[in-house]
Amino acid sequence: MTELAYIRNFSIVAHIDHGKSTLADRLIQLTGTVAERDMKEQLLDAMDIERERGITIKANTVRIEYPAKDGHTYVLNLIDTPGHVDFAYEVSRSMRAVEGSLLVVDATQGVEAQTLANVYQAIEANHEIIPVLNKIDLPAADVDRVAEQIEDVIGIDATDAVQISAKTGIGIPDVLEAIVTRLPPPHEGDRNAPLKAMLVDSKYDPYLGVVVIVRIIDGVLKKGQRIRMMKTGGTYDVDKVGVYRPAMVAVDALGPGEIGFLTASIKQVRDTRVGDTITTEKNGCATALPGFKPSIPVVFCGLFPVDSAEFEDLRDAIEKLALNDASFSYEMETSAALGFGFRCGFLGLLHLEVIRDRLEREYGIDLITTAPSVVYNIFMKDGEVRELHNPADMPDMTLVDHIKEPRIKATIMVPDEFLGDVLKLCQDRRGIQLDMTYAGSRAMVVYDLPLNEVVFDFYDRLKSVTKGYASFDYQMIGYREDNLVKMQILVNDEPVDALSTMVHRDRAEGRGRAMVEKLKELIPRHMFKIPIQAAVGGRVVARETLSAMRKDVTAKCYGGDATRKKKLLEKQKAGKKKMRQFGKVEIPQQAFINALKMDD
Amino acid sequence: MTTENWQDGGFGLYIHWPFCQAKCPYCDFNSHVVAEVDQKRWERAYLSEIDRIGAETGNRVLHSVFFGGGTPSLMEPALVGAILDRVRATWPASNDMEITLEANPTSVESGRFAGYRDAGVNRVSMGIQALNDSDLRRLGRLHSVAEARAAFDIARKTFDRVSFDLIYARQKQSLADWRDELTAALAMAADHLSLYQLTIEPGTAFGARFARGGLKGLPQEDLAGDLYQMTQELCEKAGMPGYEISNHARPGAESRHNMIYWRHGDYAGIGPGAHGRLTLGGDRFATDTPLQPGVWLNAVEQRGNGENPRTPLSPMDQGAEYLLMGLRLRDGISLKRHESLSGTPLDPNKIKYLSDIGMIRHVGDTLCATSEGRVVLNAILRELLPE
Repeated sequence: MTELAYIRNFSIVAHIDHGKSTLADRLIQLTGTVAERDMKEQLLDAMDIERERGITIKANTVRIEYPAKDGHTYVLNLIDTPGHVDFAYEVSRSMRAVEGSLLVVDATQGVEAQTLANVYQAIEANHEIIPVLNKIDLPAADVDRVAEQIEDVIGIDATDAVQISAKTGIGIPDVLEAIVTRLPPPHEGDRNAPLKAMLVDSKYDPYLGVVVIVRIIDGVLKKGQRIRMMKTGGTYDVDKVGVYRPAMVAVDALGPGEIGFLTASIKQVRDTRVGDTITTEKNGCATALPGFKPSIPVVFCGLFPVDSAEFEDLRDAIEKLALNDASFSYEMETSAALGFGFRCGFLGLLHLEVIRDRLEREYGIDLITTAPSVVYNIFMKDGEVRELHNPADMPDMTLVDHIKEPRIKATIMVPDEFLGDVLKLCQDRRGIQLDMTYAGSRAMVVYDLPLNEVVFDFYDRLKSVTKGYASFDYQMIGYREDNLVKMQILVNDEPVDALSTMVHRDRAEGRGRAMVEKLKELIPRHMFKIPIQAAVGGRVVARETLSAMRKDVTAKCYGGDATRKKKLLEKQKAGKKKMRQFGKVEIPQQAFINALKMDD
Repeated sequence: MTTENWQDGGFGLYIHWPFCQAKCPYCDFNSHVVAEVDQKRWERAYLSEIDRIGAETGNRVLHSVFFGGGTPSLMEPALVGAILDRVRATWPASNDMEITLEANPTSVESGRFAGYRDAGVNRVSMGIQALNDSDLRRLGRLHSVAEARAAFDIARKTFDRVSFDLIYARQKQSLADWRDELTAALAMAADHLSLYQLTIEPGTAFGARFARGGLKGLPQEDLAGDLYQMTQELCEKAGMPGYEISNHARPGAESRHNMIYWRHGDYAGIGPGAHGRLTLGGDRFATDTPLQPGVWLNAVEQRGNGENPRTPLSPMDQGAEYLLMGLRLRDGISLKRHESLSGTPLDPNKIKYLSDIGMIRHVGDTLCATSEGRVVLNAILRELLPE
């Protein structure tokens, strides 16, 4: 166990691609924590999806030993936090586990919306913050402008910002020295008090069971102790205590201020809730750490196997994933169109994509994903209040008094040349402007937006209207009543429940028109013409007709062609299996998600 | 001997000549351009293959011989004569055996027509392809319209039966353009026409250009459908109705050889890349040969057999082939014969569904595509073919 004075705990706050993972790699490398030959890119991001997308989903930690210029060797604990808004709660817990942050800003890009959201979390956690300007070796780097922007937008002093290039290694020793000299040691902790540790995150390891990342506040965590999770109530015998370097290394004990891991034959990640307080079963601490909250899914969608014979495989896969992700919820769903599947709840769109990717990739199941929906509160005339997760379950409107929908506060940073497009996008999505300020040539706009307008393709649209130069972040701000209706889509006069959506009454025609036009492109021509309609409460608001197929025949087919043409037809026939049959019409699986994408 | 199923389709012989003077950019047939061909050596190989196939099938009546390519009109008449002499010595010929040779409409080739007739050829099929010089150049053809017309006149004087091919649905071709061209073609026509919509095949020069975003102005589906429909109407009016997707004939002048393919008959394929279907000892086999001329020639000379190992066709494969070939014909297929080949009847629900939407007609034992159905035959087949 290390004395508090020689411990520094910190996190790194950065926008995606601003160099967080590369800096972490360099710190690990320069301190000799990992042998040169074991270095690989993004050491801390363990999942394939994390590496591929360059995002962090699970918190990771690494312990670095650094001999400082003052002659002492310091223990530096880095917590690499998830950076995405979907995991804002997890980020907040990670922030509470450390005392300082490196704020990494790309000197060629400047401050982005995601940086803001995370830096505010750090400020809220009372962090000491060291600004770090990265990529100073690039010709486009503008150190002075970006430093000024940090002061203007975030309001922290950037005069002593450390200038680095994580890629080439310039300035990395200065970062290490700044961590030691400018960040505070952990706050007083009492080694003799009952154990009090924060559950920072946890993940499943096939050999060890659940591995829990902990920050010790008071007391000492040792192998053999019987511990208790104060919120979930579970008790376990500690098998192993250790630290990440970044490989797992066992230690005898972890004391106040230290960050490490424990294993205790815990079978499901579900049993370990982020933010929970860990203490000893006997003579434990009296009060839990503040700020715990269970995660609540905000985005729902249906997941159905493309091949209905794979339903049981999907059930197994979803159950396994859910064991390791407490924030992911699911219940069985039956759709007239898509058969058996699951209605699943997620923390946000990224979370949805990650889970869907993992189901497809790790479990090899082809999925149809229905349009994401938010949770509406339906106030019935008889006083009952229902939560609506699926537009297909919308009760008869005559029984409904009013409907409330979730709203968010969205922060968008954008170069001023695209400001008009961004404002138009937000207005079109029923936004209410809350604030607009400038930092240099970049504007920061804050909007109050309905989550249902954002949940689907808002981010794609934002990227497209700003050529990728805007950044975006949001937080939930509560529910508000609005004039919402369920819109149905009828293909060849049959309602397709998986395409039902909730829309604002004033936007029903526009949305309906866009959807039927989109579907006309997405559904291949059939041997007969197909009407495609959007309807609200039995009234058709938009209609298109898909013409019948005009020509699909092989021009030449003689003796030498029979084998080849037969194979070609068999291949085409197999392609039909990727479609779903609605009455006589076959709809390709991509149509269910693409039909909702608006080209505004 | 019991009647074997192939006898409903007849028995034919296909001879593949794999050489061309130049490769056309749209063509995905097995053709090669070489400086010189030792026709004597090829003759020995063809005769050896006829002997080999004859040993297995010599008691059958032969209904047709077809010289395809490549460009078979590059064969010396003596070579064609030697092959046909051996064919007649091998199989008893039907009274009206059809012997077709594919020819390019150039003056050099038309100079050989009399020689082919004397060798026994009684029908030529000419690759005229377009009656428009700029489109002929675009299609990579080596002849002009005037040259094609002159060659065609010689063919008509030389042979009783003459067919020619045109390619339509070309780049920037309007309905009116094609109406004029087809009207001119029908005025020329003897008794048979093959009218193919231009198809961009992978592995061809056009395929590569198309993949790079070239070949602008090819008709979209709606125009292609209109072009097809207009073609059917004009030909019908001119007394040459479509008896197959792309083939038109005066009644009685249908290509007997090609009917063997579409009626699920037996055919032997000789030459590089030639395919065959042979029913032997109750099993039906798909045969094919190496594509490379040199490889085929060596196999024949060294092993006495130019074929790749044969593939037996399962009842399901046979049913599927009968369906996909037979529904190309205006007269369609026999459901009983389909069932006897495949062992399973077609799904009656699918037949009802396709009849209800007007794509097929089911009368007694006959199932055929309607005129609306023939132009979307692939969609019909995707429904009817078994899972």
